[in-house]
Amino acid sequence: MNKPLDNHLFGSAESRWETEYVEGIGPERPVVNRSGIPVKPLYTPRDWDGLRKGRDPSAATVYDEALGFPGQPPYTRGIYATMHRGRTWTQRQLVGLGTPADYNARLRDLIDQGTSAVSLIPCNSVFRGYDMDEVHEELLGTCGTVVNSAAHMGEALAGVDLARTSCAMNDPSPFTLLAFLLATARERGVPWSAITGTSNQSDYLSHYVANHMFFRIALPGARRILVDHIEFCNRSVPKWNPMSVVGQHMQQAGATPAEAMAFTLATAIQTADDCVARGMAPDAFLPRFTFFFDISVSFFEEIAKFRAGRRIWARIARERFGAADPRAWRFKFHAQTSGVDLTRQQPLNNIARVAVQAMAGIFGGLQSLHTDAYDEALSTPTDAGARVAIATQNVLREEAHLTAVIDPLGGSYYVEALTDRMEAEILRVLKIVADAGGMYAAVESGLVQRMVGESARRFQASVESGEQTVVGVNRYQVAEDAAERQALARPDPARMRAHIASFRAWKAGRSQAAVARALDALAAAAHAPDANVFAAVVAAAEAGCTHGEICGRLRRELGFGHVQASV
Amino acid sequence: MTTDLPPKVLVTKIGFDGHDRGSRVVAAHFRDAGMEVIYTPPWQEIAAVVKLAVEEDVDVIGISSLATDHLIVPKLMDALRAAGLGEVAVIVGGIVPDADEATLLASGVAKVFHPGVALEEIAAFVRDVTPKVRAARETAQEAT
Repeated sequence: MNKPLDNHLFGSAESRWETEYVEGIGPERPVVNRSGIPVKPLYTPRDWDGLRKGRDPSAATVYDEALGFPGQPPYTRGIYATMHRGRTWTQRQLVGLGTPADYNARLRDLIDQGTSAVSLIPCNSVFRGYDMDEVHEELLGTCGTVVNSAAHMGEALAGVDLARTSCAMNDPSPFTLLAFLLATARERGVPWSAITGTSNQSDYLSHYVANHMFFRIALPGARRILVDHIEFCNRSVPKWNPMSVVGQHMQQAGATPAEAMAFTLATAIQTADDCVARGMAPDAFLPRFTFFFDISVSFFEEIAKFRAGRRIWARIARERFGAADPRAWRFKFHAQTSGVDLTRQQPLNNIARVAVQAMAGIFGGLQSLHTDAYDEALSTPTDAGARVAIATQNVLREEAHLTAVIDPLGGSYYVEALTDRMEAEILRVLKIVADAGGMYAAVESGLVQRMVGESARRFQASVESGEQTVVGVNRYQVAEDAAERQALARPDPARMRAHIASFRAWKAGRSQAAVARALDALAAAAHAPDANVFAAVVAAAEAGCTHGEICGRLRRELGFGHVQASV
Repeated sequence: MTTDLPPKVLVTKIGFDGHDRGSRVVAAHFRDAGMEVIYTPPWQEIAAVVKLAVEEDVDVIGISSLATDHLIVPKLMDALRAAGLGEVAVIVGGIVPDADEATLLASGVAKVFHPGVALEEIAAFVRDVTPKVRAARETAQEAT
């Protein structure tokens, strides 16, 4: 977009540098980032010059056109005028283990240490749509909390002020955890209009593509219930973010950073299209869309990914969906440091990796951050690992003062040139998806899964060839010290058995007639196109139905989800 | 005699977790290395894995585990033995803490592979163990 600078601007210095560089470096293999973009040894105003005239006649300069100011379109420098200096990012650590009582104890400990928002990771049996009395007992609570009812939610959040605490829950369709939370709020007299938080993982497409933690309801049913959920929340829980569009799963599954951003944007477009088809107004639902990303250790690439994504989304919201409310243009995102980059070898090295990843996310302008525990490549994190992860955020914020300056890398010739290149690459992948008929069709046909799988294999090959160093794995190996690998205390089997026994007793004592009526109403809603299935899920939760009963009935009515078996 | 045929490997996941990057990458490598690969999506029931292993007559079963699903592998080992498949080599790859590795090996698992292992190392193990599995199977069949 820039016309070439005159050589005389640099005098002879530039050509002298080029000569010295080529002589000094000798034969050099091209450097390429994870998204496949070549990286030059030096960037200058030839690569990015903010003070030149841009393409857009209404913008005075490239700076105005490509960057602007924080809180103003195209939001490259951040979605709020004050960014982290006004309000630091939310420190949101994923927590989930054991029984609801175990979870509550850990949660209060984290709140005391400075964590500012609640997250709840349910047991994988919950992800699969089952109650605890239907599954292998030895797996219960080993990597998430066993929450099967509104009563369990009340126990998990005992002592937490629901009107003042933002709750993020990993809660895929049909969103029973939010239903349990709403039932708990009603019981405590907290109005739903005061409830804030996010339905993490409401994005069924990312689950389908990447980590498959959705095995409840087949794609068409999941698609419909998501729109029901967004519609219900917009109306009845207006401060809740019902849609979290997830790029994290796909990047963890192997997508490059540019692909992950593109697939995420494509998913947001798909869901917004589905909401518009339902007759909903973009200015009403888009402000409650949030995004969730992975942050790899590829530092500058991640920063450029976030800056480019923010710019593209603002354009999509305004131009494609015609949104007029600036809240609809803002690309709000939570990010998590990448677990795939962590190593089992020399696990303490992971503390350094997580710090670098977290810095990339912070410089990328995130709103909320989860830092991984260094022992995540060994097991579900220990208390000690979780403490270091939180301390890392505290150090970056209050010792290193990373909150002091907004978008501190903005204007770097490299970062701006890379942001432009990442944007072009993201748009290229977005077009592949659009040409395939949009994200739903591209996922249904397996196109996205194939692209993710190919990228995963390419990355693995680069590690095995040594092209990509992984410290302690393919270089700098040292004799292993097993003492560095502390074991995680698993949930106490006696406590888990007691949890199951009390659950069984509670189920037997419920009003079975009320449960049966609520489940029948749920089934009727599933078959009535005008009904809101999520409203029926909330009613079922309030009537005492369990997670497994709700998921089981919907599975029966709407069909099982499945995973494609191709490699 | 079937010893000159390439190894036949079932790559699968049991339990609750659906993260299948590991199983896909490993299965693709086995395939590219010339092995015969039976690949399944995640969440197989133990009984289904045993049934597949019987029907397909596999030499090796690879179980991928990210989120503690390896804790039910001893149940799989019991089920395989009960079905007369005690000779099949079972390997487990993924996030397996040291203490659990000992439990798995004691239950009859042939080998546990941890994150960071080279794919070729896993493939070499499979190639190495396959003739032993076949020999043990023939011995067992002759004995009956």
